[in-house]
Amino acid sequence: MNATAASEGPTRTSQPRVGLFVTCLVDIIRPSVGFAAVKLLEDAGCKVIVPSQTCCGQPAYNSGDRATAKTLALQAIEAFEDCDYVVAPSGSCGGMLVKHYPDLFAGEPDLAERAERFAEKSHELVSFLVDVLGVQKVAARYDGTVAYHDSCAGLRELGVKTQPRRLLAGVEGLTLVELDQAETCCGFGGLFAAKYGELSNAIVARKADDIRGAKADTVLAGDLGCLLNMVGKLQREGSAVKARHVAEILAGMADGPAIGESQKGPRQ
Amino acid sequence: MNEVATSAHFKENAHEALTDARLQGALGFSRNFVGRRAAAVARLPEFDALRDSARAIKDHTLAHLDLYLEAYERKVRESGGEVHYAQDAEEARQIVIDLCRSMGAMSVTKGKSMISEEIGLNHALEAAGIEAVETDLGEYIIQLRGETPSHIIAPAIHLTAKDVEQEFRKAHRDLPPDRSLAEPEQLLSEARQVLRAKFLAADVGITGANFLIAETGTSIIVTNEGNGDLTQILPQAHIVIASIEKVVPTLEDAAQLLRVLARSATGQDASVYTTLSTGPRRPHDPDGPRAYHVVLLDNGRSAMLGGEFEDMLRCIRCGACMNHCPVYQAVGGHAYGWVYPGPMGAVLTPSLIGVAEGGQLPNASTFCGRCEEVCPVRIPLPNMMRHWREREFERRLSPAPLRYGLGFWAFFASRPALYRLGADLAARAMRLAGRGKGRFSWLPFAGGWTRYRDLAAPEGATFQSQWRARSGAVR
Repeated sequence: MNATAASEGPTRTSQPRVGLFVTCLVDIIRPSVGFAAVKLLEDAGCKVIVPSQTCCGQPAYNSGDRATAKTLALQAIEAFEDCDYVVAPSGSCGGMLVKHYPDLFAGEPDLAERAERFAEKSHELVSFLVDVLGVQKVAARYDGTVAYHDSCAGLRELGVKTQPRRLLAGVEGLTLVELDQAETCCGFGGLFAAKYGELSNAIVARKADDIRGAKADTVLAGDLGCLLNMVGKLQREGSAVKARHVAEILAGMADGPAIGESQKGPRQ
Repeated sequence: MNEVATSAHFKENAHEALTDARLQGALGFSRNFVGRRAAAVARLPEFDALRDSARAIKDHTLAHLDLYLEAYERKVRESGGEVHYAQDAEEARQIVIDLCRSMGAMSVTKGKSMISEEIGLNHALEAAGIEAVETDLGEYIIQLRGETPSHIIAPAIHLTAKDVEQEFRKAHRDLPPDRSLAEPEQLLSEARQVLRAKFLAADVGITGANFLIAETGTSIIVTNEGNGDLTQILPQAHIVIASIEKVVPTLEDAAQLLRVLARSATGQDASVYTTLSTGPRRPHDPDGPRAYHVVLLDNGRSAMLGGEFEDMLRCIRCGACMNHCPVYQAVGGHAYGWVYPGPMGAVLTPSLIGVAEGGQLPNASTFCGRCEEVCPVRIPLPNMMRHWREREFERRLSPAPLRYGLGFWAFFASRPALYRLGADLAARAMRLAGRGKGRFSWLPFAGGWTRYRDLAAPEGATFQSQWRARSGAVR
């Protein structure tokens, strides 16, 4: 079913040019999240463009490799130069663009100013829809009980908390339940999940317990990394709980297989 | 020498902790602190404003630390006490032992002190033939077990009541073997009974300090058991051991910091006892020690001033960061391998014992940011852990596979056309390798992930390649 976003925000004389920062994980593992983001942005009246891009540089930044992080940050800043906004379907990559790019160039006035300007126009997808575009409701349908996990960077660096819940509340057929520990980290942490696999597993095992306890059939989040971690654990434990990026639900594009599900067609 | 560190073996330590069923059962308790803190904060609308002023007080003090230390020292002298500066752990231990010997002390009671742990004081006292008895219940228990604290405010949080009962039966052999110790109150009362005799017999009492007040020369301790009071009032001498950053300008400043301390730590509005002590007993005082000494420890802290880790010196040791840390909650404090665990330990340990020894700790974080979110003095803990990773990377201390892997990845990531091509080929190949099952239960080079979790397979062509194909055809 088609979803249309009813924007009640300020009427715009010209269409904002939004550059989609698709993020490596979505680009490679789940392009459908990128298309859901495009649909949400276009329905809200944006002109979406996708400049040639790679990674925001966070893996290097968080590994202590500041030089590579700066190279990749500059590359992204240049690639999105002619966009009014830069929007990422991720609080983690969004946090990198908004909070950490300016930090990276602190002490280099010209670059710092460019990074500042870039940061000001950069947003996480769902908070951009609600806080900047004024979207109040999306006309999507999802028949199921969902729990929303607050991914750490989106929550603590960008203040993404109420926006996804507000839009989910308007999705027909959807029941939203709260996790007991929605704000507790799932244990992903980027390279942490591979470097400290056993520890990461212990943390996500507790998250999986919480998700099962909430009796949701689908867990949602705004970050593919956390979703891969949570559903990877649930599937390994034989749980039938599905995982989807929140954008898929809001765009009404949740007909295909959920994350990590058989691609030969929807199960059951 | 400081206490021996096993921080470099964090991964092995964590493995042991995760596979220790008894420990995993005990760790559940530390999570109670989370709800208690939240409730305490909810009861105090100005809590966030208090955090700002707490931060400002500490920043101001650190900017003028030399002046406030001198002022503090002057006031201690005026009140009849003595101040001793110790550059490192060795010097601090020697000062304390010399003081004890000069007073002919055979037995020492101790209030809870992390500085005592940092300098390994108990072993040194015992080696010098002086009996040292911990009087904080948790510290007493771990002393019996020959362990170090696993939490900075709840040292025995890794133990259950059952563990404590066993320990007491082993240690208190002169008490009736058929006594009941099933209830926590019974354990408490037995510890009281045993410790009472120690309090009365002690020649010297040693405590730490939560704050040192420059304007009055006062040291402040907060406790919930009252053991600190008996430690510092009953013996003939009171020795305070504290690190240099514990000083604050005024009593009013300390009062502000106390308002955030207990709430952040245990969720109490205030600790049960807040005890101020200034100098030795005065002629008209009914009790109190005849001698009062303060040992001020640097041990690497002054080197942190003015550098990128200075913010860490704001820490008031509440433990909120570890209580809220998913890593600490999973493995407990001993896995961190030195004195200070959790996020504050992950930043402080490399500062005090070196990044070569302590560098694992700032790496073992998901950067979830909850520690910074609850820190009463707003220390940017994740950022400082990242700074340590940078120092490590610069010195090529990061593991070789990580450095080469990053280099390989960076080569592609900084060449967008090549990256798009490579990513698209990889995604398509991985979809085929997934054979439509949609996920992998094993992948080469990704064992850290797939040993514990499935990994979703790519849907097929990358987003960028699909978008370009589509734009080429339609737009």
